Amino acid sequence: MDEKSSGLWVIALSFIIAMLFSVVSLPEFVPWELGYLRPEWVVLVLVYWVVALPQRIGLVLAWVIGLLVDVLSGSLLGQHGLVFIIIVYITASLYQRLRMFAVWQQSLIVFGIVSLGQLVDFWIENIVGLARWDLWYLFPAIMSAFMWPWVFMVLRFLRRFFRVS
Amino acid sequence: MLGLCILSICLMFVDHLSNYLDDVRASLSAVITPIIFLSDYPNKTVEVVQDVFVSRAELMGKVGTLEQKLLLLNAKTEKMAALTAENRRLRDLLGSAAKLQDNVLVAELVGLNPDPNRHEVIIDKGSRDDVFVGQPVLDANGLLGQVIEVSPIVSRVLLISDQTHGIPVQVVRSNLRLIAQGAGVSRQLELMHVQQTADIQVGDLLVSSGLGDRFPVGYPVGTVTQIEFEPGQPFAKALAAPTALLDRSRHVLLVFTEAKLNGSLQTSVKQALKDG
Repeated sequence: MDEKSSGLWVIALSFIIAMLFSVVSLPEFVPWELGYLRPEWVVLVLVYWVVALPQRIGLVLAWVIGLLVDVLSGSLLGQHGLVFIIIVYITASLYQRLRMFAVWQQSLIVFGIVSLGQLVDFWIENIVGLARWDLWYLFPAIMSAFMWPWVFMVLRFLRRFFRVS
Repeated sequence: MLGLCILSICLMFVDHLSNYLDDVRASLSAVITPIIFLSDYPNKTVEVVQDVFVSRAELMGKVGTLEQKLLLLNAKTEKMAALTAENRRLRDLLGSAAKLQDNVLVAELVGLNPDPNRHEVIIDKGSRDDVFVGQPVLDANGLLGQVIEVSPIVSRVLLISDQTHGIPVQVVRSNLRLIAQGAGVSRQLELMHVQQTADIQVGDLLVSSGLGDRFPVGYPVGTVTQIEFEPGQPFAKALAAPTALLDRSRHVLLVFTEAKLNGSLQTSVKQALKDG
């Protein structure tokens, strides 16, 4: 029983830290264009936990986290919810294959998943009339793919250290 | 899966078209608030480190310049008091409503929207401090934006440079009324529908015109930086630079106009006239 509760707080904490990373303000001397290079931290953490513990992370949890991210980033309520559901659905149907892949192959898949998420994000914003399409939209996907091995290693270490199951 | 998808699409529709979900958003953001406050720490640490390594001479110099500035501002304020009184007397003579003094509340920036396409900041005052949606926000140099979302402790401010933001302005020199639309690029505004024959020049100061009942009259908004009159085009292309330091201000002012109060006063006066 202890293991279960300890597992939960590790997962919760990893999501909170990912959300923190995704809104943390850069110091003022950093040019604002670098904001486009921010990886999708929450998606990375989500993908990791779905691949590692598909029985623990379900669609509903992903949707609730999406709503929190919506409030955090001031987007439409449900926008990230929808994106996260799609991401979790794809990841959950691929998780057995993803476990067999090498980390760099996983990075490629992560690139695909995050770009798809960005595309859905852009569609929604375009319908509402907020966004302009440019290739900057793909930079978070590239950065996420670069960050994936590190996120993967850190989270795997945490999962094994705290025996999250 | 499908159910949740449809649910989120419905939520987005409702959220986009109405404000029924504002309460849900406010209560969810109460959960998120600690993250917002934490997210500002790197910036704060940089500031603290810079403060620690400031030399005494530098500080003395700063105090000196600030004292001089204060003296200058005091002199200006004295003149302002006389002018305000005179202005009120003249307005009384004309029989028009007196221009009311605005109250302000100082707020500090605690966060930014990480999406570079959205020019939004988060400030540390919320509904506890009577902040309301649509409230104008200033900094020391001019208009900064307006409040678009309020939760108990923090609120979200849309800057005038956001591409979804428009503000009614007036050219001080010629009293020409225009609308300044955010360009989506930092430190740039686009002036909409500038006639080919309009009396406007580079360097003209734009102030808020007060039309639209959202922003108070007479606060500086920007200066015109570029005008291109192209023959054959219906309108000229004009750009302006905001006077407020949109991406540099740490402290902002929330304006409480007495327009609301004034409105209720007017209705009560009307009521009294009707009764008596």
